[in-house]
Amino acid sequence: MTRKRALGLGYLTPYIIGLLVFTMIPFGASLYLSFTDYNLMSAPRWTGLENYIQLFTKDRTFRRSLTVTLIYVFTTVPLKLAFALFIAYILNYKLKFINVFRTAFYVPSILGGSIAIAVLWRYIFASEGLVNMMLTGLGFEAVNWFGDPQNALFTITLLRCWQFGSAMVIFLAALQSIDKSLYEAAEIDGASKAHCFIFITIPLITPVIFFNLIMQMVQAFQEFNGPYIITQGGPLKSTYLLPMYIYDEAFRRFDMGYASAIAWVLFVIIMVLTLAAFWSSKKWVYYAGDKRS
Amino acid sequence: MTDISHASDVITAGADGLAEARAANARQIRNAKISAAVRYVILFGVGLLMLYPLIWLVGASFKTNAEIFANPGFIPQQPTTEGYVKGWETSTPYTFGRFFLNSFLIIIPKVIGTAISCTMVAYGFARFDFPLKKLLFGSVIAILLLPNVVTRIPQYLLFRDLGWLDSFLPLWVPSAFAGDAFFVFMLVQFLRAIPGDMEEAARVDGANSWQTLVFIVVPMLAPALISVCLFQFMWTMNDFLGPLIYISSVDKYPVSLALKLSIDTTEAFEWNRILAMSVLTITPALIVFFMAQKYFIEGLSAGGVKG
Repeated sequence: MTRKRALGLGYLTPYIIGLLVFTMIPFGASLYLSFTDYNLMSAPRWTGLENYIQLFTKDRTFRRSLTVTLIYVFTTVPLKLAFALFIAYILNYKLKFINVFRTAFYVPSILGGSIAIAVLWRYIFASEGLVNMMLTGLGFEAVNWFGDPQNALFTITLLRCWQFGSAMVIFLAALQSIDKSLYEAAEIDGASKAHCFIFITIPLITPVIFFNLIMQMVQAFQEFNGPYIITQGGPLKSTYLLPMYIYDEAFRRFDMGYASAIAWVLFVIIMVLTLAAFWSSKKWVYYAGDKRS
Repeated sequence: MTDISHASDVITAGADGLAEARAANARQIRNAKISAAVRYVILFGVGLLMLYPLIWLVGASFKTNAEIFANPGFIPQQPTTEGYVKGWETSTPYTFGRFFLNSFLIIIPKVIGTAISCTMVAYGFARFDFPLKKLLFGSVIAILLLPNVVTRIPQYLLFRDLGWLDSFLPLWVPSAFAGDAFFVFMLVQFLRAIPGDMEEAARVDGANSWQTLVFIVVPMLAPALISVCLFQFMWTMNDFLGPLIYISSVDKYPVSLALKLSIDTTEAFEWNRILAMSVLTITPALIVFFMAQKYFIEGLSAGGVKG
């Protein structure tokens, strides 16, 4: 038995080494660095809370960047999830070619993170790009996508919503696993489609809604490629998301201490929201076979 | 009399009921048909909207520069391969071939390292009991949710001290230590769903745990392992921030960085070169996806739902 125990740990060796060297030590180190002034030239100098005081009281760029990041996350995640669920709901029906559609809808997710697609986005939302050509062709007015601070962030939101495929596949698998007899029983009792959706479908898929919500949120907070390639953070820093600010501070200005402090603020925000989601999940996530609910 | 009239009432009522039932049935079939039609229309519309930018991209890469911002259609009026020829040459001393080679020099060790390390770790978690198991598996979930942004700077400093900057090592070595928690998690879920009977039989026949892993578990795990390799391939091909931080010499650029470089260095009005190279950089991912899409979808569903 002890031999077997040792064996199990033996198989975990690579993971344990990686966990320590690439995750836990860097995690601690970044907290330490956030209390220092460190520009790579000389050793880190302890400055206490100075970085954080600077961030919250003097740094206008940070305030702007934080606001923009929150707006971005709170629009992108709900839009993307709603859209993914909508399409999954439509696909969950005895349709021919369901696999063809599912594949087609998944293609953007395969490519969406690539630089090529960010480049494409730059072109199609350019002032004379595809989107405006189509809008004017349909009789609408052309939109100043990248020049107007009101619109620029939305192009990135659209890019990420376009990549709804992985969330959709997960929703679809959950929808397909719902017992059909529940709907039949409800219909006999006179429930409408909308009632079935709200009172049967939604409660039964809350575990995957929860899963998608957390994963998409953590991802959205770390959006980098979109602003970096498509809008370069502009105009007027309206797309200057926090990960881009961290990158600029760390790898352009080499202010590692200050960048670590921003990274920690971002981390704490993500952690608080994730914990809040976990805490609230006891109230709204339904697990089949769970006697508590 | 009353009896007869009553009986006829009953009969007409019955006939009415039957007619009503028939009508209801017809209505149901008609509703089902309408519902299916509406679904098809929405799916088709959304599908077209989703894929049109990609179709346009491919078409535009064969257009002349004058046509790209003048024609919303995707079929080029004067098709040209100039974008591909000039784009491939790049404005650097290297061709795009070099950048593709670099991408594969990162991807191959990363995929192999991921497959081997994650299989071992998942096997350890799914089939053995050991102290701190709960805590360690908890750490897998924690890493899954841990934003990379918080460890990135110290990792950079670590690789700098190791002298690994401007090499491919920082891009794949962490993955060879089962650093991508998503894959560990996915494989553990998959393994837990496979009964251990075969392994027990192998053990009774005298196989040690390593032989059991290689000859029994790995073959059963194959579909999930293929998913892991495909996702890792795709993500690495698309990775931009990693190379941006660690790779500084142009001769080591992977395609994602090379594409960014070509935007920065190509003169304005040379759009078709950039679009042509964009098409090339997404081609490997698309080919792999269409050849093995079943594994992607299954991998995603398994990782997400069974959790």
